[in-house]
Order: sequence, then structure tokens, then C-alpha cells
Amino acid sequence: MKRTEFDKRRMTIMAKKKPVKDFEPKIVVFACNWCSYPAADAAGINRMQYPPNVRIIRTMCMGRVNPGHVLKAFEMGADGVLVSGCHFEDCHYSFGARKAAEQYKKLEQIVRMLGFEKERIRQEFISAAEFPKFVKVVREMVEQVQQLGPTPLKGIKKVPSQKQVESILETSPS
Amino acid sequence: MELDLVKIRDTNALACLECGKCTGVCPVSRYSKTFSPRLLLIKSTRNSHPDAFKGADLWSCLTCRQCDTICPSNIKYIELIQLIRNAVGVENKEGTCSHGGILDSILKIMTAPDLKQQRLDWLSKDYQTSKSSEYLYFMGCLPYYEVLFNDIGAHPLNIARSTLKIFNYLDIKPQILPNEKCCGHDFYWNGDMVNFKKLAELNIAQIKESGAKYVITACAECYRTLKLDYQQFFGNLPFDVIHITEFLNQRLEEKKIKLKSSAGKMTFHDPCRLGRHMGVYEPPRQSLGHLTGTQLIEMPHNKKRATCCGVSAWMNCSQVSKQIQGKRLREGVLVGADTFITACPKCQIHFQCALQDAQLKEEVKFTIKDFTEVFAESLN
Repeated sequence: MKRTEFDKRRMTIMAKKKPVKDFEPKIVVFACNWCSYPAADAAGINRMQYPPNVRIIRTMCMGRVNPGHVLKAFEMGADGVLVSGCHFEDCHYSFGARKAAEQYKKLEQIVRMLGFEKERIRQEFISAAEFPKFVKVVREMVEQVQQLGPTPLKGIKKVPSQKQVESILETSPS
Repeated sequence: MELDLVKIRDTNALACLECGKCTGVCPVSRYSKTFSPRLLLIKSTRNSHPDAFKGADLWSCLTCRQCDTICPSNIKYIELIQLIRNAVGVENKEGTCSHGGILDSILKIMTAPDLKQQRLDWLSKDYQTSKSSEYLYFMGCLPYYEVLFNDIGAHPLNIARSTLKIFNYLDIKPQILPNEKCCGHDFYWNGDMVNFKKLAELNIAQIKESGAKYVITACAECYRTLKLDYQQFFGNLPFDVIHITEFLNQRLEEKKIKLKSSAGKMTFHDPCRLGRHMGVYEPPRQSLGHLTGTQLIEMPHNKKRATCCGVSAWMNCSQVSKQIQGKRLREGVLVGADTFITACPKCQIHFQCALQDAQLKEEVKFTIKDFTEVFAESLN
């Protein structure tokens, strides 16, 4: 069988591909309904590939994503969190993106204080037309988090066994 | 879900006379249409009521201990509430975590032992600390509160700064734990014993390692948790827990501190954990009495009858909480105070938050300060 031009190109791409690392990070992406979620959609329509490590959660506005939600994601085992939404001037609710930027400042401080690396969180303003930017940001983020390694919280969400609960209750004061 | 009957019996809950005094004094019942301590007790302990252990009201109790102090049968009501919450399980809680659950998440993240916190960024060279002192200053979650609440005008880190200033004035360079965890107070009262124990173990190990004899805290909740709850779970611990009001009062009586004279009327708000839980009523008042030129006036509800600041363990902050806070602040206005003093960072945050209300802000002319701030300002 004759190899087509397409096959050759594919083979070279396969050869260039880096070996898969053991660690596949889980990244939670909060994407706003009006800009970043359509951007992710458009990336798919235009057949741009991005790593499958992201879990996209659609929110109505990035201003709705308060620091509590991001920390909840970490608490439940996320390795990184990306909060994305419209640019300031295009926000569907006019002040939502600005509010998000304000809240992000608080979040940065708290995440630093808790002892996480600052690369684990990221805020990006991605409009619906900027799907290449979405792909780029996701790729960068996955790479960064891969270098950092798994979240330091591995295992805190572990549900205690019945025995553990009983022993705790036994030793509690009457 | 089964309640441990032996423990229930120890709280005296089965001796309830249904007199309703608890509901009469309860600050939540005064404004809430549905919450009643008596109803909650009867539902949960008798005849397996179908609505027992259900609803958000279970998480509205402030555990402020007003009902305990008045109960003729000596029912330990707050311990019963703690047992019920523990049995219901924190996964099934129907209450709402205030502030989007961020504080709950912060505490849960702190249970990870490997995490190295960077919580001492605020510590400048003006404050002297050491690594081998017999005094340890346990500051609690103040750095986190500072980030979250400085936009409503509360500055909890000033408490830490003032406390260190007082220490340094007395030539004490206290130890500060760089990776101190939350004391676990909020987990304990929300019934999450698994996480409470994790935090407690991490804290106790760190304090033991530091070799400090006296653990001094400026937070009423840390004081109760470290002193009572840790002892109950882990036996006698090799350190004494002292609240800053007690510590300062002792030093003032020994005349080791010289104070500037200042003017104005002050009033003291008893935090529920410091007052009714731990019985520390006099030390703050006596120390405030040492300030010359100022006058300490009592609000109508003081000491045992002091009303609560409206929210406990960051649960179910609602209209009811705002009304409780408004009533307390208006009591301060009524007695004509210039300074409203508390000894708990959460009280300060909650009252500052109540002042977001424009109408209340117009009425209230005084400033809300922490006990330590008052003294740090008047050190000579």
C-alpha cells in the first residue's frame, strides 16, 4: 500500500510526540456562558485539539465564581483551576468580569497563604472569538501543573471507614 | 442515624420540663419564625419524630449558651446540639455556609499535613519573635480573615499586631508557629469530628515540639477549643492555655505595664465563648478599669446575659443574624459608648458587617475595637 502524503505527516507528528508522563493533572475550568464556553465550543468546531485534562464547568458569569468555589475544587482533588470569562468591556452583565478580577485578588492571597503554588490558579479573559487563545491557555496550564506535580491535598477527601468513625466517637467525651 | 442514648442522658436532655425558658432567652428564636430550642430538643429526643434531624434550623443554633444558663433542669443544651449535628453528619447538613463556603474549604484544606502555609507575611521587623520562648502566641485564622474581611472595614490582623506589641512591651519574644492550623472550633460545633481531630492532632504536635509552657491566644474560640475540647479528647496537655485578657490583667496587677491616660466611654461586649463558655467575665473588666481617664459602662445585657454576635461557625448567616447584631449595637448606642470593645475576632467581623447597613451606620457613632487594640494604643 502506498503511503499518502497525509500518512507521512501523521507519522512525523507521532515521532515528535513527547512520551506521556505518569501524572495526568485534573484541571477544573470555570467558563462563562457568553464568552469562554462558546470559545471552547468553537475550538472543537474548528478541530483544534487541547489536552483532555480539563473539566469545564459552565457558569453564567465569571463574577459568580467566588473564591469559595475555587477552593472547593481544590478540596475535592483538583490539581489546578482556571477561571475564564469575558473581557471587561464585553461582559454580558457589565460588571461581572470586574467583580471577578476583584475576587481573584483575594483568591490569590488565600491560595498563597494556604501554601499552594501560584501556577495552580489562573484567570483569563477569553472572548467567544478567541478560541486559539483558549487552546493555548489550556495547554500552558496543563504543562505547568504537570511540572508541579499532583495537588498536595491528595487524600484529604478520603471518606473515613466505619471503624475509624466508631473509634473517634468512642474516644469523644460523654 | 442513631443517637447515643448514654451521651444524651449525660446532657440531661431527658429531664426537660418543657417550660420554654430556653426559647424565651434564645436570641435566634426572638427573630426567627421557625427556630425554637425547646422544639428541637423535643423532636430529637422523644418518640422518633418524623421531622427530627431535618431542616436548616438545626444549623441555626449559635451554641451561645444562653439557654444553658437559665434552664431549671441544667440541660447542657449546646452539647446536645453538638451530638445531634454529629449524628446527622456534616455531609447531610442543610444549613448554608456563609461566604460561599470559603471558610469551610480553607479549614478542610488545612487538614492536609504536607501543606506549608505562608501565613506570616504580615510579620514585619517591628515585632520581635523568637524560637525558644516559654510563651507561644496562638493567633488562629486571623491572616485569612484579614484578606476576606478587610473590605467591610474589619482588620483582624490588627489584633495579632497589637498582641505582639503588648508582648514586646513586656520584654517577651513569643513563639509563633509558622504552620499553625485552625484550632478546629468550627468543625467541632458543626459536628465534623473527623476533621476536628485531624487539626487538633497537628496543632498539639506542633505546640509540643515548640516546647512552650504557656499558650496565649487573643481569640475567644481558640481559647475554648484549646483549653476545654483538646483536653477532653487528648487528656492533659503539657501546656497552659491563657487568654490575653487574663494574661494582661495579671501583668497590670503586678504593675508591670504603664498606661497613658485617655478619655472616653467604653463598653465591653462579652464574647459567648469567653464569657458563658469559659466564665471569664472579670479579667477584661478589671484590666479596662486600669485605664485612667476612661469610663467603663455596662450595656443592659452584660456578663451572663450578654447577647451573641449573631453567627456561629460561619453557618446560616441570615436576616436573623443581622437583627441580633443590630440590637446589640443599639445597646451600645443606648449607653452612649465611644468605643465598643470585644475580645473575639469573629465578634468584630460580624459587628463590622452589620454596619454595612446604612441606617444602622447612621445611628452608630462608636468605633468597634478589639481588647488588645485598646491596650496597644495606650501603652506608655
